[in-house]
Amino acid sequence: MSNILVVLESREGSLRAASLEALGAARTFADQRGSSVIALATEKCELDASLLGGAGADKVLIADAAGHSADGAAATAARVAKESDATVVLLSATVRGRDLTARIAALLGTGFAADCTAADAEAMTFTRPEFGGKAFTTIKINGPVAVASLRGNFFAAAGREASAEMSEVASEAGVSMVTEISSQTGGRPDVSEATKVVAGGRGMGEAENWSMIEAVADAIPGCALGASRAVVDSGWRPHSEQVGQTGKTVAPELYIAAGISGAIQHLAGMNSSKVIVAINKDAEAPIFKHATYGIVGDALEVLPALADELKKLGL
Amino acid sequence: MNIISFVKRVPATTANVAIVDNKLNPEGVEFVLNPYDEFAVEESLAIKEAAGAGSVTAISFGAGEAQKELRTVLAMGADAAVLLANPAAPEADGATTARVLAENCKGREFDLLMFGKQAVDRDQHGVGPAVATLLGVPCITEVVKLEVAEGKVIAEREIEGAREIIEASLPCAITCQKGLNTPRFASLRGIMAAKKKPLEVVDVEVGEAAVEVVAMNMPPARPAGRIVGEGAAAVPELVSALRNEAKVL
Repeated sequence: MSNILVVLESREGSLRAASLEALGAARTFADQRGSSVIALATEKCELDASLLGGAGADKVLIADAAGHSADGAAATAARVAKESDATVVLLSATVRGRDLTARIAALLGTGFAADCTAADAEAMTFTRPEFGGKAFTTIKINGPVAVASLRGNFFAAAGREASAEMSEVASEAGVSMVTEISSQTGGRPDVSEATKVVAGGRGMGEAENWSMIEAVADAIPGCALGASRAVVDSGWRPHSEQVGQTGKTVAPELYIAAGISGAIQHLAGMNSSKVIVAINKDAEAPIFKHATYGIVGDALEVLPALADELKKLGL
Repeated sequence: MNIISFVKRVPATTANVAIVDNKLNPEGVEFVLNPYDEFAVEESLAIKEAAGAGSVTAISFGAGEAQKELRTVLAMGADAAVLLANPAAPEADGATTARVLAENCKGREFDLLMFGKQAVDRDQHGVGPAVATLLGVPCITEVVKLEVAEGKVIAEREIEGAREIIEASLPCAITCQKGLNTPRFASLRGIMAAKKKPLEVVDVEVGEAAVEVVAMNMPPARPAGRIVGEGAAAVPELVSALRNEAKVL
């Protein structure tokens, strides 16, 4: 029947929203092939049959593992892929998802595609960035099953009225275990998952001026903080915020680059953003060639005005 | 403590990418040791030094040119290097690379397999966990803090918006993320010493690739943008454009 398997991601019992995008992509494959979308939670979590059904799932299987073990989760997913005759296995391109993608492919003796930004259900091809986003490669996976992880903000949940059929499955034992999880971002979304990002670079002058970046982020709901490599290497910001070829690759709806000149490595990491705003003193800065809107000016003067103007909107 | 540190020769992140026949055009491109592999090499050397005994062997699946990067790793302090040589290696996908590396690790003794979290060419993020899976050893990916003691590892990694601590027993594979350490530079003495260290070149078969490239393109061109103005005075127009024109607010 060539079913489509989606490996859901959860954290401490709650589903991660990115999984709904993977279900939507899976729905497109299943509709093309007249097959079903099977969603698998590799560890115990709270799931809503109508939320998952609406996003694209026909069946939901919940495994009984108590926590996250990457090797255990991969073994469970590979077993379920075989049992359910899956020809495509989809995951979210998160840290955990990319890890599992490679393992599941290895267990199934097939190839994998990480971080896909597009998929063609008819041709069975996947398109993904390489060289940090400086090129996009379309690939076909040789082998019985295609295993792929999907980059956030590139696929959408199906948005249908449906309820998925829920059942339980046994989990495979794992040898490595997550023993502790602690939240890091102080209530803000992670830069790789957010739909809005405000990022700062050297033009911010010093670490203390980040309060101006934060004020803009505070005025936009769901806005994450980002940083250029230069400021991360200077110790102004944690590397979890670094955007670029040796940091995180992001594709939000809105990316505000303040005091970032736009080195090729930074551009590679954010060039797929829908709307890019550049604020920079130097009118010749490369970032302006990629910006949807630009303001030539000192970020330290423009950002407070921007925060005030955004606050007026009461978003 | 016997450690294998896997490395790859990749285009420098400063390189411009041009495409010929669905491949990177290497002309005029500077090649370097994959930056994430530097973290893996540094960590390998530091663990061996702390243990006071053992060896660090660098292994690369590459074309002949990758001997240069292996010499760099030897100069940093690795004891031996092996090039698994095949001209098709630079184009190989993650699953194929993992299969070749795993096949050539069989029979080697190791406590730790160290990888960069990704190679900055194919960006697949999967060679480490795939090799570990094929060899049947645990793997912890994207590690920013690592402790190795009494036959087990305790590692920290950053996932989206959180940090997790993961435990596994040795032998184990680790993929290294920025933040784990600051890689050392090769000293002049190290560079001289590297010339006398063993660098074995083994021709390897690649077999059928796990992935076939159908097309490779430059990123889609961005629509032309505009400068809305200068300084703080331009902010109202920017916000209006974001709200009414781009509709992202």
